[in-house]
Amino acid sequence: MLICLKNVTRVYKVGVERIHALAGINLEVEPNEYVAVMGASGSGKSTLMNILGCLDRCSGGTYELNGRDTTRLSSGGLAHVRNTQIGFVFQSFELLPRLNALKNVELPLIYAGGTTWLARRTRAKEKLERVGLAGRIRHRPNQLSGGEKQRVAIARALSNNPSILLADEPTGNLDSHTSRDIMMLFDELHRQGQTIVMVTHEEDVARHAERILHMRDGKIISDEHTGDRRLTPEDMEVDDA
Amino acid sequence: MLRVLTAPLLFVALLVQSIRLALGQIWANKMRSTLTTVGIVIGVASVTSVIAALTGLRAKVLKDFETLGTNKIFIVPHWPREGKFRHFNWRQIRFRPKQFEGLLERCPSIEDYTLMTDRGQTVYHGVHSIDGARVNGINPSWHRIENRSVVAGRPFTLMDEENGWQVCLITPDVRDELRLDRDCIGRRIVIDRRSFQIVGVVEGRVKGGMFGDMGSSKEVFIPFETAWRLWDPWIYAMASCRKPELSKEAQAELRFFLRQSRRLGPGDPDTFRLEVIEEYLKTFNKMAMAITAVAGGVVGISLLVGGVGIMNIMLVSVSERTREIGLRKAVGAKPSAILLQFLVESVVLCLFGGLLGTLAGQGMTSLIAKIPNASLDMAYIPLWAIGLSFGFAGSVGVFFGMFPAIKAARLDPIEALRHE
Repeated sequence: MLICLKNVTRVYKVGVERIHALAGINLEVEPNEYVAVMGASGSGKSTLMNILGCLDRCSGGTYELNGRDTTRLSSGGLAHVRNTQIGFVFQSFELLPRLNALKNVELPLIYAGGTTWLARRTRAKEKLERVGLAGRIRHRPNQLSGGEKQRVAIARALSNNPSILLADEPTGNLDSHTSRDIMMLFDELHRQGQTIVMVTHEEDVARHAERILHMRDGKIISDEHTGDRRLTPEDMEVDDA
Repeated sequence: MLRVLTAPLLFVALLVQSIRLALGQIWANKMRSTLTTVGIVIGVASVTSVIAALTGLRAKVLKDFETLGTNKIFIVPHWPREGKFRHFNWRQIRFRPKQFEGLLERCPSIEDYTLMTDRGQTVYHGVHSIDGARVNGINPSWHRIENRSVVAGRPFTLMDEENGWQVCLITPDVRDELRLDRDCIGRRIVIDRRSFQIVGVVEGRVKGGMFGDMGSSKEVFIPFETAWRLWDPWIYAMASCRKPELSKEAQAELRFFLRQSRRLGPGDPDTFRLEVIEEYLKTFNKMAMAITAVAGGVVGISLLVGGVGIMNIMLVSVSERTREIGLRKAVGAKPSAILLQFLVESVVLCLFGGLLGTLAGQGMTSLIAKIPNASLDMAYIPLWAIGLSFGFAGSVGVFFGMFPAIKAARLDPIEALRHE
């Protein structure tokens, strides 16, 4: 079992009011699954994402990642988990503007430590090649298109060979054509064995996953396995039309 | 085990990365960074130039003393106001020449000594006269202790001394004031109704030093024996030790010797005093320290103000880069890594200020050195002062950068990533 959530709750205090963003989530994810989390805004899907990514702690329940309980870890311990087990892809890319593509991808490797300058560089180049940006490693974010920026972000997320790739609306800031390319990249990564958990509100995007969770009011209301029905590019053409 | 090995490597990698980031940040905000460091620049510039001025002054004083001779010891009578000496009078306290017999044999650290008398007297040559000229009785060894050359005629010899001849050496100022010719050797002048033959002209005292004239430049020298026979005067002695380092030993030997020759009992206080030029140097050093302390206070205040400026700009930097901090945390930066990054940035900023300040200080020092008649022409910034300035600037960076850095390190990654 890669991810195991048991009765996870997350309560925010806003003034005197208590908001139950997650109200008892039970979830298990196996290695190499491709999961999409859907739901309206305020349904708790972002909170779930933050918990899965060890950016946030649950108020109750337990979260085991790779068989290790994360609920008792210090903030330094959580940082280590994020560094070694999790790769984030954000809607707005979150690249550091003053660093070129290569340096951005190297960032998690620097915080991991224990690698030489050359090893970091080689690894970062390899990841950039994998997302198809071999020719643009010296470019800064402002010299790259939206799709290219997201590819750099994906390369960065992959740099430490994470157990899970967490994507939060990865196509939210992209046009449909670029979105399709990015989704094909995700499909490709999944085929190579990468576990992916993705938050989206677009049906088209969710349809790439093998398993779709629907959330409402902090609960998972449906969990459907759609099987291995990755769309071919030809299908996408039809969809767009 | 592996963690123990890789931890220092990680720290170095983070440090290098942080330094590069900090330099990039300063370069990207050139104007802002420069303005921010003004406080530090002023602080460092003032501390370096004050130290430079004091160093220059000290070098000047030392040089003055060097011409006076740092290895000289003055031996003067002293009347202790206690014990049995309370009821003595000055005639019993004063030195007698025979008390110094055998001094050189008994005091191996002493190279030479001369007995001296010192009286202010009126000197005549025909109708011309000088009131209050200094008439000094000296031994021939005086010429070896004082490095004052005889510019005309000859120095004193043992013959002058032993025969108690009425001969004299004069300084050029005396010669000029008495309207004597340049070639005045063999002429006679009158001191205390007695005629003295001029045998030589000895150069005057060093003038224009830190301490002004160090006494009159109108000096007449006569053999000590002559002075002793004529006037039965008040005497003192001047000795030189073999090396300046031997000063302490020389003083101990002199004290032992004089206590014996003056027949002082074991419990009696000294009836003489040994005065060393170094004592004056110590006084100067105390004064310099007082000035440094005052300047240090001023510098402290400007560094404090500068530090507050640094803290302010670092807080701005943290809030400007909240999203960046969030992202760094999301990809696995520990709070300590973020702390290090911002601390390094503030330290680098302060060191940059320190660099500008040192350059400004150098400029000010060059200006100070050009002030006429201020005895500061030897001012320079010693290396340790530069080290000290950078040390202070760095400490200010750590101290005032700590709060913003802690603030950054404690940011919640989710909040930070949501920050606009």
